[in-house]
Amino acid sequence: MSASPVKRICASLLTTVGPPHSLSIRTGRSDDEEIPALNGTDTGFVLISAALVMLMTPGLALFYGGMVRSKSVLNMLMMSFISLGIVSVLWVLYGHSLAFSGDAGGFIGNLDMIGLKGVNADSTMENFAGEKISLFAFSLFQMLFAVITAALMSGALADRVKFSSWMVFIGAWVTVVYFPVAHWVWGGGWLSQLDPAVIDFAGGTAVHINAGIGALAAVLVVGKRVGFKKDPMRPHNLPLVLLGTGLLWFGWFGFNAGSELGVDGTTGLMAFNTQIATAAAMIGWLVYERIRHGAFTTLGACSGAVAGLVAITPSGGSVNAFGALLIGVVAGALCSWAVSLKYKLGYDDSLDVVGVHLVGGVIGTLMVGFLAIGGVGGGSQFLSQAIGAFSVMGYTFVVTYILALVIKKTIGFRATEDDEVSGIDQALHAETAYDFSGAAGSHMSGSTASTTPAKSSDAAKKVEA
Amino acid sequence: MKLITAVVKPHRLDEIKEALQAFGVHGLTVTEASGYGRQRGHTEVYRGAEYTVDLVPKIRIEVLAEDDDAEQIVDVIVKAARTGKIGDGKVWSVPVETAVRVRTGERGPDAL
Repeated sequence: MSASPVKRICASLLTTVGPPHSLSIRTGRSDDEEIPALNGTDTGFVLISAALVMLMTPGLALFYGGMVRSKSVLNMLMMSFISLGIVSVLWVLYGHSLAFSGDAGGFIGNLDMIGLKGVNADSTMENFAGEKISLFAFSLFQMLFAVITAALMSGALADRVKFSSWMVFIGAWVTVVYFPVAHWVWGGGWLSQLDPAVIDFAGGTAVHINAGIGALAAVLVVGKRVGFKKDPMRPHNLPLVLLGTGLLWFGWFGFNAGSELGVDGTTGLMAFNTQIATAAAMIGWLVYERIRHGAFTTLGACSGAVAGLVAITPSGGSVNAFGALLIGVVAGALCSWAVSLKYKLGYDDSLDVVGVHLVGGVIGTLMVGFLAIGGVGGGSQFLSQAIGAFSVMGYTFVVTYILALVIKKTIGFRATEDDEVSGIDQALHAETAYDFSGAAGSHMSGSTASTTPAKSSDAAKKVEA
Repeated sequence: MKLITAVVKPHRLDEIKEALQAFGVHGLTVTEASGYGRQRGHTEVYRGAEYTVDLVPKIRIEVLAEDDDAEQIVDVIVKAARTGKIGDGKVWSVPVETAVRVRTGERGPDAL
């Protein structure tokens, strides 16, 4: 992928949404020559990819959920899962428009497509090969990118934030951070206008660096978990972590290869590189861990795989197999080292969003500067990559920090200490994940008596009494 | 009557059960337990962070027996539970005042 297709994608978005669709109204659908047919193969592939990317968010929820203590696993799952609700709605209201409609100074889109105004089943856009794909398919695919990016930050804030504040936070965050940054990278914004353009095939800057640095800023405002570095906080369910990793890995083929927005050789290359970089990163992490800590851990294998997926995300379309292997193994080993930084530096990035997504995203984004094939890689490309990575880091850190601070000062970001210590699942969600009361039918659970409806009406209260 | 309690390594449960059945014990109660003795705990590593786990998983077996059988049952359990490594656990017995079979109301040794 190079500069020109990125520009083409934006230009085509500007032009095709209006004219071809209005054209179709004027001329009627029978006139096939006036309206070039939509490419069914490419559109179908984008739709399938969108479904794969959707599965990553529940996968992420399980990946994170297994890593927290059993008293807060539901909260962790919900912090990711709620993003599918909130961000999808905001995307159709104004997210798509801010990211992909027009351009205001290279910084953000306009509001011309608010509520996907003017888009109908005939609306198309051109992909990199110049084929027409359904605009709905493209918008859905991009919507699910926004969903998972917001969800990624949740791991850093495990166990300790008010769920209502988290919902406000991600809604505001995608508005002031993700939509603009997605515009910079993919919507025709200033990063895609650099010469040479930033290589970010599937979102190393817009998704992973963005979420990683956003998570760091939020953690610095929210503060540490009660008992950080003192109490044991070991993962409560590693099989859940591995299940989540599997779903992420599977979905990531849609995330990465789907970003070609069609089916061609680059799609195959990206899918292939996704697999081998992830494999190499798993090994890289495990080897470092075996040398440093003496064991090949399940959590290490899962974490390494995710680090590899992150690092190949920006780079996989522009490197050969050896480049992908190198990026993978470096990402695995370096992220394995980076997750220990939080103990030295004293910030409680609970599930290592910074150590895996920020560090992995930076590794992939910078390494492709040198490793890109086809005469692209080199000093000037590396410079563009660094500008891309560090501009997103600077912007997102400052804006997220201010946003988190505003939430902290107004509605409060943290749960009460009592709720945090006793378990946020029960306190904020009125549920617990597991029934520990034991054997056969749980007659000792203490909850057998009242299967009354929730206290929403007088009738329910009477039954309870 | 005596109450014999054994806190042993979980993976020895099947051997102990079989040995007790062979001896003629008709019932026992098993509970999952955790604790430590001379074995102490162990260390686990999660993303480079080391956690010391003090409490080791154990199985707690309880058997009610007549006074004459108690010592032999203790021996049967000890023999079946032993691996020879540290952490094999403990077996002890204490006197029991009364025992009732809930269904029939039988008391004392008849309830066993």
